[in-house]
Amino acid sequence: MARNVSTQRKIVVTVAAWAIGILIFFPILWTFLTSFKTEAQAIASPPSLFFFDWTMENYHEVQARSDYFKHFMNSVVISIGSTLLGLIIAIPSAWAMAFSPTPKTKDVLMWMLSTKMMPPVGVLVPMYLIFRNTGLLDTRLGLVIVLTLINLPIIIWMLYTYFKEIPGEILEAARMDGASLAKEIIYVLTPMAIPGIASTLLLNIILAWNEAFWTLNLTASKAAPLTAFIASYSSPEGLFYAKLSAASTMAIAPILILGWFSQKQLVRGLTFGAVK
Amino acid sequence: MATLHTRSAARAMMAPSVLLLLAWMVVPLAMTIYFSFLRYNLLMPGMEEWAGFSNYRYFLTDPAFFQALFNTLAIVLGVLLITVIGGIALAILLDQPMFGQGIVRILVIAPFLIMPTVAALVWKNMFMNPVNGLFAHLAKAVGLQPYDFLNNSPLMSIIVIVAWQWLPFATLILLTALQSLDEEQKEAAQMDGAGAWSRFIYLTLPHLSRAITVVILIQTIFLLSVFAEILVTTNGGPGTQSTNLTFLVYAQALLQFDVGGASAGGIIAVILANIVAFFLMRMIGKTLEA
Repeated sequence: MARNVSTQRKIVVTVAAWAIGILIFFPILWTFLTSFKTEAQAIASPPSLFFFDWTMENYHEVQARSDYFKHFMNSVVISIGSTLLGLIIAIPSAWAMAFSPTPKTKDVLMWMLSTKMMPPVGVLVPMYLIFRNTGLLDTRLGLVIVLTLINLPIIIWMLYTYFKEIPGEILEAARMDGASLAKEIIYVLTPMAIPGIASTLLLNIILAWNEAFWTLNLTASKAAPLTAFIASYSSPEGLFYAKLSAASTMAIAPILILGWFSQKQLVRGLTFGAVK
Repeated sequence: MATLHTRSAARAMMAPSVLLLLAWMVVPLAMTIYFSFLRYNLLMPGMEEWAGFSNYRYFLTDPAFFQALFNTLAIVLGVLLITVIGGIALAILLDQPMFGQGIVRILVIAPFLIMPTVAALVWKNMFMNPVNGLFAHLAKAVGLQPYDFLNNSPLMSIIVIVAWQWLPFATLILLTALQSLDEEQKEAAQMDGAGAWSRFIYLTLPHLSRAITVVILIQTIFLLSVFAEILVTTNGGPGTQSTNLTFLVYAQALLQFDVGGASAGGIIAVILANIVAFFLMRMIGKTLEA
């Protein structure tokens, strides 16, 4: 009897959860489907969900007309470049704070977090002028630098919470066995640190890929990543829903897939380890 | 001896990140403060002169400023309200046993992974457009007049779009926190005859308080600076109806080339963010220590 009730309850919960899940996901599904329609079908009334002539034409056209691949590569270079540069700077720092903490470590961490609270618009003008005067405007290098700086606090915090979990006794044990510092790092610490570093890498690529303040303000066309490329669809000519959908689908697909694989790290990284 | 050695090594390892962040905080901000006291327009190079507080006076007496201030706070509060309440409800739902939980989670998280320009353009064109949008089709199907969302309620529309992007974030964090709630405690409460509602008020909600605080803090940081969603949907309009502080400063700087005025606006935005951050950090400090 009790079992019956709980199965019934489970079915009700399942239906409700799936309905809400699909509702929330629907705009993305709709974009995906529209990308395979012709422009005329895309605005047809009433619209059809699945029953239309599927076509790949929009994907070809987006590439041919606006050199989609160039912007895609800009996104790849900027997000991966800024993440790697950030990791190189952050790993020693997080390492030091996790393994030889001082009474001031917590304050330093809080101060780093507080730099994230500065609204970007507070430094928009000088950054724009510095970039203009040094020729960094509309370059990949310029964006790599800025995105490294804005994501550095998150990278450090995330690595710190992971490194903190590596037990100190292991180091002592290795030392007792006569391991040198270099061996200690290569054979003991590195294997234990790699999962944390990988999670940090993943989360930061997602954040950098989607960053849409600096990428919009500091690029024009040459170094414009996908965020800025898509924004150029905001003042379109003629029919464009299907092409917008195709461009959007290609811009979000890689990150959707990465993100789905890193749900857990997402929580931890974005809450600075406060929620695990 | 050894500690002294490690301590200086640790300091050397931390130096690059600390110095970079220090420079990132101090140099541009100092420049903004300096510019905010100049009459400085990019269209008139070489004409810079000391302007005292006139840029601030200009900004603080501009009706657009008060509209922007109001809009900034409306976006933050509106989105927080929707995402926190919706997030709690959704997290509790997703925490129940069901079929295909993993897939539902994936569906719910997706909007958070979408870049802001894509999210905003998809909503603007394919849903909210008064002629070809899906909402217009739906309205016509049931015999209603299509509503021009972005023209008639621009701020509300932007709040909806941004809330759609952040609801998954709140849900994900609250769900993670829920999953650490002790099953035995829940069962014990149930045995003692506590109903669903009192279990929620006296058990679930206190357990979630830390996660809710974290959600509010982090979302506020990002929501104070909503930009791309406004740029590609309404461009701040009609008039200044959907202009927030970030967008106002952007328009002053990169559309009107008024470096001095924009810098004063930037400093005001920084001060506002600091006021908010001060209260948030105090609030957070209390819950995180408890």
